[in-house]
Formats: sequence, C-alpha cells, structure tokens
Amino acid sequence: MKTLSEVVLVVGRVDRVELHSWVERGWVVPERPGIEPSAEPAFSELDVARVRLICDLRHDLAVEEETVPLMLSLLDQLYAMRRHMTALSSALQQQPEDVRRAIMELVEASQRRGG
Amino acid sequence: MSDDPYTLLGVARTASQDEIKKAYRKLAKELHPDLNPGKADIEERFKGITAAYDLLSDPERRGRFDRGEIDASGQERPQQHYYRDFAQDPSAGRYYAQEGFGDEESLHSFFSDLFGGRGPGPRPRARGADVAYTLPVDFLDAAKGAKKRVTIADNHTIDLTIPAGVRDRQTLRLKGQGLAGFEGGPAGDAYVEVHIQPHAYFERKDNDVQLELPVSLAEAVLGGRIQVPTIDGPVSMNVPKGSNTGATLRLRGKGILDPRSGKRGDQYVRLRVVLPKAPDAELEALVEQWAKDHAYNPRAEMGS
Repeated sequence: MKTLSEVVLVVGRVDRVELHSWVERGWVVPERPGIEPSAEPAFSELDVARVRLICDLRHDLAVEEETVPLMLSLLDQLYAMRRHMTALSSALQQQPEDVRRAIMELVEASQRRGG
Repeated sequence: MSDDPYTLLGVARTASQDEIKKAYRKLAKELHPDLNPGKADIEERFKGITAAYDLLSDPERRGRFDRGEIDASGQERPQQHYYRDFAQDPSAGRYYAQEGFGDEESLHSFFSDLFGGRGPGPRPRARGADVAYTLPVDFLDAAKGAKKRVTIADNHTIDLTIPAGVRDRQTLRLKGQGLAGFEGGPAGDAYVEVHIQPHAYFERKDNDVQLELPVSLAEAVLGGRIQVPTIDGPVSMNVPKGSNTGATLRLRGKGILDPRSGKRGDQYVRLRVVLPKAPDAELEALVEQWAKDHAYNPRAEMGS
C-alpha cells in the first residue's frame, strides 16, 4: 500500500494536486480511503495501475479531461463484463462434455447469424 | 518484429517531432493494453512502440540513436503492471460498483439476462406489487376508530386499523399488506381509500358533529333536561326555557378527534320544535285562549 506522495513518486507523471483531484472525482478510489482527517488514503497496486492508466489516457492518448470519466466508465463496464464472462465460462467448463459442445454450437450458430 | 523505432512507429527517419508524437498517439489508441484486455500479444506491441517513442521523443537520444551511438534495445521501461492485470480481481469491484456492476444482484441480473430473464438459479428477489382499494367505512367507525378485518380481492384478508378521526377520502397505507414478494422479497403495500358512509342523523363538519334534534312543544316552551344522542352514546342536555326551532346548543368535546392536535371537536345540536302528530282538541283550546292576549307576527321581518 502506498500513500498519495509515494504514488506520485512511483508513477512520475502526475502531481499531488492532480492526483488528489482524481480521487475527489472518483476516478481513483483508494483501497483505504482517508476518511478520518488524520488518515492518509492508501493506494493498492490496482489503484497505482489505474493512476498509470489515467496518465496514459491524458498524456499519451491525449484524451481530454472531460472525456476521461466516459472512458473510465466504459472500461469499468468492460472489465465487469469480462469478469462475468470469466465466471460464466468457468461454470461452463464444469459442465459435462456434451453440454459444453451443445452450448458452443449454439453460440457459434448465433454468431454466424450475426446476432 | 523489427526493433527499429522508426519502423515500429511507421514514420520516416526524417519525421518531425510532431509527426512522431502523432504517430505514437494513433498507435497507442489502438494498442493500449488496458483498452484491449482480451488480446494477449498487444502488451508486447505496446511496449515496443512505447519504447520507440521514449527514444525518439527525446531529441538528444534520437540524435544519438541516429548517429549509432546507442541501439534501440535497453530503452524499455521497467516491468510495468497494467491496469488490466488487476482489473478482474475481486478488489476491483469498487470500480465496477460505480457502474452498477459491483454487487451480487447485478451479477445475478447479468446471468438472468443471459438465460432469457430466467436464470439457472432462483428468480431475483423482487418486491411485491402495491395494491389500492376503496373501503366503505361506517360513520361511527370513522369517528371513533375501529379495527376491521377486511377481505379484498383474491381472498386476501387484511387487518386494518381505522384511526379515530379519519377523514373522508383519506388514504391509509398498509405496509406489507400488498401482494407477496418473489423469492423472499418484501411484500408490496396496500393503499386503502376511506369512503365514509353517511349517518342517519349525525353529520360531520371538520371535527364537529352536527345534529338536528326534534323537541316537543313542552320541552321547547318549558325547557328541561333531555337525552341527546352523541357518537359516544346518549348524554343528558339542558334545554333552556323558550328554546325555538333553530336554536343551537353546543356539547363541548363531543365531536370527533383531530389526530393532529389530539383534541376533540364539539357537537352542535340544532333544535326543531315538533307538534304532536295528530291534531289535539285540548291543545287547540289552550292555544286559542292564549293567543287572544298574545298576538305576535313571526313574519314581521318579511314585511307581510
């Protein structure tokens, strides 16, 4: 777990004020939010990776500031969907062979129809 | 794959810094691993173009590379963990939650959608529907309050407490008395609109009760104590001597409870003098005698 200052140091492409504003806007939600006045928020590896992602979006991909929430929202939906799909596919893998094959055939047929 | 940074970025060796930046951005938008979570090889490609851009975006290092002083290798950034490496961890749920994806329920609804709204497991918990009824209520039950067991549609019985002083057309909300919920979800609510039925002789005006009370000629002329019906049952009331039709007497605190103030209104008793039902010779003689010396004109104000 890292403090806000440590994240700034490690990532190198965001300053304290900017990162603070990202947290305030909910772009980054520290694993341990600094709710008590004295407590500093603590960022996990996941949070740091997200900070890097936002830096990439802003600096490398030239995403406008007001577009960042939109992109994060779409990405969060994408990852949530992937997580659901992973759960679904691991559930499918526990099904008997003939069930899995039947499902795969239906999925492929449906994709051939374009639906 | 070529290691040459110019080839990786797809620019000429003579490209300006601005062209290099534009080329990198264009590629980064396509190849950023976090925007392509499902593609395994994309991270390597992205690292390649990022390393190439790192090298070429710095004019000094670009110059050294062009002069052959350094090669394209060794410029890679240290191992970086991308967001996508974590994004499917359970702890990432706090980000999905913002998108309404986080909790069990939406996972469930996701799978329910997949299975045509009828998931493999139980149906989602859902609150039962609200129902609305109108209920005729006795004047006295509304005035004094009552407990009722009412059977409504579908043989559904509800126990209903009618609060004292309920108003006509008032709606009572009965929490949890609507239709049953699904799969342990809470029942809906019942909304009962009260329709107060008229009473044979009581009338209600706000929190007061009005009553027209017939009195005999003797009671009107001579006065005395008489029995008056109230919503609580008969009470004794004093009629003053010479009380005419239209005289209104007040029984304080015999009206209807005002639920807000907790006080009861009053009952107003309007007297109506009633002659005996059949003509009576004795009364005729008496009044004839009396009228000789006591002529009066009750229509004087009408000018007739």
